Amino acid sequence: MKISHRWLGEWVDSGLNADEIAERFTLAGLEVDSIEPVAPPLEGVVVGEIVSVEPHPDADRLRVCKVAGDSEERTIVCGAPNAREGLKAPLATLGTKLPGGLKIKPAKLRGVGSEGMLCSQPELGLGEDADGLMELPGDAPVGEPLSAYLDLDDSILEIDLTPNRADCLSVRGLARELSAITARPMRAPAIDEVSAEIERGVEIALESPQDCPRYVGRVIEGIDAAAATPLWMVERLRRSGIRSLGPVVDVTNYVLLELGQPMHAFDLDRIEGGIRVRRAHKGETITLLDGQEVEPDEDMLLIADHERPLAIAGVMGGEHSAVGETTRDILLESAWFNPATISGRARRLGLSTESAHRFERGVDPALQRLAIERATGLIMAIAGGRPGPVVEAVDDDALPGTSSVELRMARLNRVLGAEFDPDSVQSMLERLGMEVSRSEDRFCVLAPTARRDIEIEADLIEEVARIHGYDRLPARHPGGEIVVKAPAETQTGERKLREQLAARGFQEIMSWSFVSQEQLDRLSMGEGAQPLANPLSREMAVLRTSLLPGLLDVAGRNLRRQMPSFRLFETGHCFRNGAESFEEAWRLGLLMTGDVRPEHFSGKPRELDYFDLKGEVENLLAFNAIDGEVSFERTDLPWLHPGQAARLLIDGVQAGWLGQLHPALAGAMELDRPVFVAEFDGSSISGRRLPEHRDSGRFPAVRRDIAIVVSDEYPAGELIEAVRESAGGLLENCVIFDQYRGEGIETGFRSLAIGLILRDVSRTLKDREIDALLETVLADLDSRFGAKLRG
Amino acid sequence: METTASQNLLEDALEQVAKADSERTLDEVRVRFLGKKGALTAQLKELGQLPPEQRREAGQQINGAKQTLESAIADRGDVLAREHLNARLAEETIDVTLPGRAAEAGGAHPVNRALDRLLDIFQRLGFEVATGPEVENDYYNFEALNFPPHHPARAMHDTFYLPDGRLLRTHTSPVQIRVMKERGAPVRIVAPGRVFRSDSDQTHTPQFHQVEGLLVDRDVTFADLKGMLSDFVNAFFEDDLEMRLRPSYFPFTEPSAEVDVRWRHPDGTAGDWLEVLGCGMVHPNVLTNCGVDPEEYTGYAFGLGVERFAMLRYRVDDLRLFFDNDLRFLRQFR
Repeated sequence: MKISHRWLGEWVDSGLNADEIAERFTLAGLEVDSIEPVAPPLEGVVVGEIVSVEPHPDADRLRVCKVAGDSEERTIVCGAPNAREGLKAPLATLGTKLPGGLKIKPAKLRGVGSEGMLCSQPELGLGEDADGLMELPGDAPVGEPLSAYLDLDDSILEIDLTPNRADCLSVRGLARELSAITARPMRAPAIDEVSAEIERGVEIALESPQDCPRYVGRVIEGIDAAAATPLWMVERLRRSGIRSLGPVVDVTNYVLLELGQPMHAFDLDRIEGGIRVRRAHKGETITLLDGQEVEPDEDMLLIADHERPLAIAGVMGGEHSAVGETTRDILLESAWFNPATISGRARRLGLSTESAHRFERGVDPALQRLAIERATGLIMAIAGGRPGPVVEAVDDDALPGTSSVELRMARLNRVLGAEFDPDSVQSMLERLGMEVSRSEDRFCVLAPTARRDIEIEADLIEEVARIHGYDRLPARHPGGEIVVKAPAETQTGERKLREQLAARGFQEIMSWSFVSQEQLDRLSMGEGAQPLANPLSREMAVLRTSLLPGLLDVAGRNLRRQMPSFRLFETGHCFRNGAESFEEAWRLGLLMTGDVRPEHFSGKPRELDYFDLKGEVENLLAFNAIDGEVSFERTDLPWLHPGQAARLLIDGVQAGWLGQLHPALAGAMELDRPVFVAEFDGSSISGRRLPEHRDSGRFPAVRRDIAIVVSDEYPAGELIEAVRESAGGLLENCVIFDQYRGEGIETGFRSLAIGLILRDVSRTLKDREIDALLETVLADLDSRFGAKLRG
Repeated sequence: METTASQNLLEDALEQVAKADSERTLDEVRVRFLGKKGALTAQLKELGQLPPEQRREAGQQINGAKQTLESAIADRGDVLAREHLNARLAEETIDVTLPGRAAEAGGAHPVNRALDRLLDIFQRLGFEVATGPEVENDYYNFEALNFPPHHPARAMHDTFYLPDGRLLRTHTSPVQIRVMKERGAPVRIVAPGRVFRSDSDQTHTPQFHQVEGLLVDRDVTFADLKGMLSDFVNAFFEDDLEMRLRPSYFPFTEPSAEVDVRWRHPDGTAGDWLEVLGCGMVHPNVLTNCGVDPEEYTGYAFGLGVERFAMLRYRVDDLRLFFDNDLRFLRQFR
């Protein structure tokens, strides 16, 4: 809402300048976004009059004008097409500095001296019309400073209103607010009832009273629709961002700004029969004032006559019945539409109108008659005409009721943590236009009909807090009873993961929760992807099913920015429409590419491989694996290298996957070096065991190494698992310290060297029990995998 | 005669010990005199052939020479070992100012870095962390939070919908409903998480992060909210910033307020008022919707944008940088 400071000043003499009002409004909840001067300083610009016009002797497009202004007549050379004898236009006298920075000095234009400049709107910062000189009314006093004549010593306050404060979408509403804040009286302009001069009325049928319980209409005959709107009104509209469009429309817009009642005027000749306020029928169309032909939905309310729709109620009028320059007789509309009936409809039609903006937030349901009287008086003053009687159709049952709200002093003080004086509370409420009756420690409050946001006690508590000033309310620092609540020790959570990964050289990223279906399909991850009904773009059309697309996207972009080596991680929610249910899960994704470490003088660093990734995963699990048995097994996933893909199992349940990105995909994404990726279910890796101490033993450990030859078909993980099972409780640790293929070993087989570290916590192991144990291990390896001791 | 022989031998041996320039030559000297076939050993062996009256004295002399020689060898050995070590250490000298060898350091994303700090402070203030789903339904995101069905406040939220009518939460406030419905009052939680609005321009991204707080108990007042927020803001920014509350509107709080802080430029001078969070007293309808009696309990709620706090704290001037994930940007925050 944009409003002129001076206009507001007519309603409340607050004695405050625009900046002070902005501050007070902002602190009362009406946030002032900006304060703009109405015009740049225009010192030296006066009302000028062209006394005579002669052609320029040397230039076809220039003319030599004699201009009357603040002092004697002067000669001004001018190129504007509308320069003509008798025209009044702004005159920039010598020495004036125009808003664009131009300084007016005596000049010679093609040999003719020019002492000043006649100006267009843009040259003065007063508008966009650059077609010629800004034309001033014929009665403008010659020589008067322009800023005084146009009342330009004014500021525009732009107020960003919250949706509950529809009552402040007018000068009247803002004035009431200003009066309450400053405790200065409000002086509303007197609005007289205009008596009917003719008998002609209009038939109004409320066919959908829930949508429109009150419709007030009035005929005015014989207006001059071509009359000029007075400058003061044009200026006020302009200062609120509304263009002048002829006297009738200007008046309806003026009343909208002044009182907050959106109005409409129809060309009466175009109305067949009477007015019907009804829902749209299927297939009906209407061409709106903006020229757009629309087919209103059946939940949209229309103003129709007996033949056709005339307007979309509360949103925009139709072209067919629009008031034009030749219109003689009009029907004025001043109605109350249910906010729920208007809400969202304009938006659906791609429209945004002052009218819809107010109706969907809620107009004062008692304002309609006052507004139509105001509009009638203004139209008659400008365009003449003979008014008919005010015709009102109303369904009282469907109008919003007015009920009083109780405010208890004790509750007020309890919620705000303050001690209020009942007299000051009463005064604040009354200044807001509320009717207050008081009994002991409670008030019974009836809010003005415009304040549709006052429904319960809490609303009144806010009003008191607001007018008193939030800043003046007390503050109490945290204290009192402490309840100790510590997160479970076994819960490591996202933050610990983050810190740990950062310490291991991983950089956290944050990618979009939305991806494109194509992006997922390319990775064969598109199945079950949840689309959005209203995505921002095709690239952000579905919810991610995995963190991988985001990681790859970020990796690609950074590689292109010449970052050759990095480790990334991300945590976040992923979504999938499963066969049975919708799944939303918290996940952790990793990506590594490039070298093991940065370049170093000591030698070229090794390129990353699968085991670097797996090592990081194992490290992570060492800190975070929930109380469960961790294992890895070979797997096959379409986005991973078929020979370098594993899944992570915790207690046999899949908790994630890891491996090298499929080289074909990497190639297609222009990722030149091998990329290693992993993803885990967050909940599987964000908890840990509560440690329980066991004796570590003082007796020496014994290490025995064995080398076996075994078929490639058996993964090392299974062999190690088998060794653990065979060796039992004496096996403290077990390492694979060599792997060999080649000469001396049959093709399809490999030799693995395994070190067994054995210990008994209560005694020293004897050689023969160790030998026996090794025999068992070897026998089991032989029987299960055909593994032989390497000769 | 015999005496002179061992004396001469000792002098000769000591001379050779002093000349030995390595542990190996020193050992050769030891063998030459004290080894099984060494000269001094030979003299000891010959003692038996001496007449008994001479044997004792000669024995003492030879043993004395042997001890002197052994100790000289040991001393020389120590010197040589020290020289040897020093030489090795000299050889091993490196330029300690050359760079070390390790993987490049990683780091948290700046938004999460700020989030962790926020949660730290709230946890110290006794708030428990609670989370909820990002795909929500209308009830938790709007209805239970007292958004009227056709209210413009809904339109302001620019909601992303799924085809079945569910939606991406537009704030983390649904978590307060979920927690209160489950646990009732009193309750003291903060709900961090990702939220979505279908809005994308210089100052809006379709996803961002919020922390929402809720405290419901007997006799919680607006004064408690004011006091807690100013302590929180000053703790986060490690400063003593001027703060003000302005009335505002959120359907789920009444009274509602926006909180501004008077920002400080890097040179310490006061800057503009900056809006940092929204808050208010929990609307009685919200409490009722969650089965909490608003006459018995009151509460406050607040919500803040994590990106906003990260931008202010780390002086980041463009919101979109957070989701661009340029490593040159991200690595500034590790």
